[in-house]
Amino acid sequence: MKKFVRVMSAAVSAALVLTAMAGCGSKAGGSSDGKIKVGGIGPISGAAAIYGQAVKNAAEIAVEEINAKDDTVKFEFKFEDDENDPEKSVNAYNKLKDWGMQILMGTVTTKPCIAVSTETNSDKIFQFTPSASSTDVIGGQPDKDGNVTIQRKDNVFQMCFTDPNQGVASAEYIKEQNLGTKIAVIYNNGDAYSTGIYQKFDAEAKKLGLEIVSVTTFPDDTNSDFSAQLNDAKDKGADLLFLPIYYTPASLILTQAAKMNYKPKFFGVDGMDGILTVKNFDTKLAEDVMLLTPFTADAADEKTQNFVKKYKEKFGDTPNQFAADTYDCIYALYEACKAKNITSDSKAADICAALTEQFTDSSFKFDGLTGTGVTWAKSGEVSKSPKGMVIKDGKYVGMDK
Amino acid sequence: MTLISNLINGISLGSVYAIIALGYTMVYGIAKMLNFAQGDVIMVGAYISYICTTSLGVPALISILISMAVCTILGIMIEGLAYRPLRKASSLAVLITAIGVSYFLQNAALIIWGSTPRAFTSVVPFKSISLFDGQLTITPESLVTIAACVVIMVFLTLFTKKGKMGKAMRAVSEDKDAALLMGINTNRTISMTFAIGSALAAIAGVLLCSAYPVLIPTTGSMPGIKAFTAAVFGGIGSIPGAMIGGILLGIIEIFGRAYISTQLSDAIVFSVLIIVLLVKPTGLLGKKITEKV
Repeated sequence: MKKFVRVMSAAVSAALVLTAMAGCGSKAGGSSDGKIKVGGIGPISGAAAIYGQAVKNAAEIAVEEINAKDDTVKFEFKFEDDENDPEKSVNAYNKLKDWGMQILMGTVTTKPCIAVSTETNSDKIFQFTPSASSTDVIGGQPDKDGNVTIQRKDNVFQMCFTDPNQGVASAEYIKEQNLGTKIAVIYNNGDAYSTGIYQKFDAEAKKLGLEIVSVTTFPDDTNSDFSAQLNDAKDKGADLLFLPIYYTPASLILTQAAKMNYKPKFFGVDGMDGILTVKNFDTKLAEDVMLLTPFTADAADEKTQNFVKKYKEKFGDTPNQFAADTYDCIYALYEACKAKNITSDSKAADICAALTEQFTDSSFKFDGLTGTGVTWAKSGEVSKSPKGMVIKDGKYVGMDK
Repeated sequence: MTLISNLINGISLGSVYAIIALGYTMVYGIAKMLNFAQGDVIMVGAYISYICTTSLGVPALISILISMAVCTILGIMIEGLAYRPLRKASSLAVLITAIGVSYFLQNAALIIWGSTPRAFTSVVPFKSISLFDGQLTITPESLVTIAACVVIMVFLTLFTKKGKMGKAMRAVSEDKDAALLMGINTNRTISMTFAIGSALAAIAGVLLCSAYPVLIPTTGSMPGIKAFTAAVFGGIGSIPGAMIGGILLGIIEIFGRAYISTQLSDAIVFSVLIIVLLVKPTGLLGKKITEKV
């Protein structure tokens, strides 16, 4: 009898523990006040903070606008910092999951996003990144030997161009506008983003018959000396310098090129966006720098004007394209949620399935700040067209003729 | 012409490494510890000078002096608060503390100054010198850095050889306990070493950011590691060794990048270090001392 009691009590306590754990599990899914919980992750401290900050700000504006509407779909937004570190990003993701996140809008930068997208894929949480542009984020893309090393993560979609797209678009743009005959490239070979763009640029340039005379690299964004790279480009007579890199090293390259009296045309991609925000930076150095970006703050349409005005009022800053992509992300989520009648009571996995269906539906077309008639492929890639920008008197000006 | 240009760039980059390496070597030579926070003191020095010139409108030269003063106090504080309590602890504990201090400084800078990069205005008011119809340009920053490096090296050598404080430093370096018995205040001597090392870091920070004008909280970390390598390369503890090590490292880095491969430049730098240490374990100018660790 005594033994029986002991066994019974053990069984009862085990059952209690299990129910307690099940209670924990059910926390994720549904909030009480009728708002769909959208999480955001990105660096708001550390070297890439400017991107995460822009995303956080823009998401807050978009969510505020949507919640002010008299509509069934409302969002609750919570943002976590990852300092552009994959490990911290996964921690941030787990924290948001504990909070009850139903949709993830993020992460902002590529490396952390590759890590987090693997997690969301196994957890079946819909992930929509405004700015992580590597194809490793969405997966399913063949590498240069044609092998698919990362399987398609079918819950992950991008609002920004993929790196290969940027590389191809840059080469086409340079060819079309006849910007340079001898091209030099400096890229960051420690960074998936930069290397990805360069590889596609190189392949496309060869196809188009553009001559690349110098290709040099640097190991990470804290690199400070670019004299050898610039000397190489100058020696080989390059008249256009393609910089598929972030703006911090780019600002050093511009300064050092000016010091050595080397004046090629500079051409950047979306990582270059932000160069004008470097404090105390002599914007004269960035004069005539060209970049491909899907958004410009001085576009004349009402939507852009409205957004820029609000952003300036609230944060005292001009929004960059990360902010614009984010604003579009939230609105695209809003439209998709409305189309699929998603409510705050829906389970994350159900939301994920419904949104995936909606985003890959060819009739789903989205009009936003960064493009009109934007669609998504089954691969998770976005289809929209980039705009060429050139910096004049410290401001972006459209380059398209 | 490119060869000369690369050589000058190499020497100039190497001189920055050399000045930082002098700080490492001073502290190691006397306190027998690796102060990994040296690189971050550089960053603080650069920020102080930046703020003095841009926000307070102080002339560049005076901003360097202010920055040196602030860094000196910072160095003494770090030594007193973080390292002095560990004077009797194992060298491993001190090493880990140093790494902790380094992270502390980086993150404190992140909180105080934020992560937005700042473009540092060069403290050197001259224009680039253009030779051979513009084929060769020498930046004034390189010349000033090289000159500063030589002056500091000579000053430090004389200081440790001649002055009373220098003698005390060398005595502490040889044997801390014996020096104490001889009536030398070892704590004060070590503080003084940190003060000098940190003042050097301030100069290095200003020169580094003048030559490569982007200032972020992690600005000092990579140059700090390279300078540590330079100090080991030249023979850690040896003042002329740090200078030679620094300059050679700069030249190897730039030449490796220009003539071998930009992808492998850092690998080349560290391979050279490994080879030198295999052939001469004490570094180029290092003295052979039997050490108990």
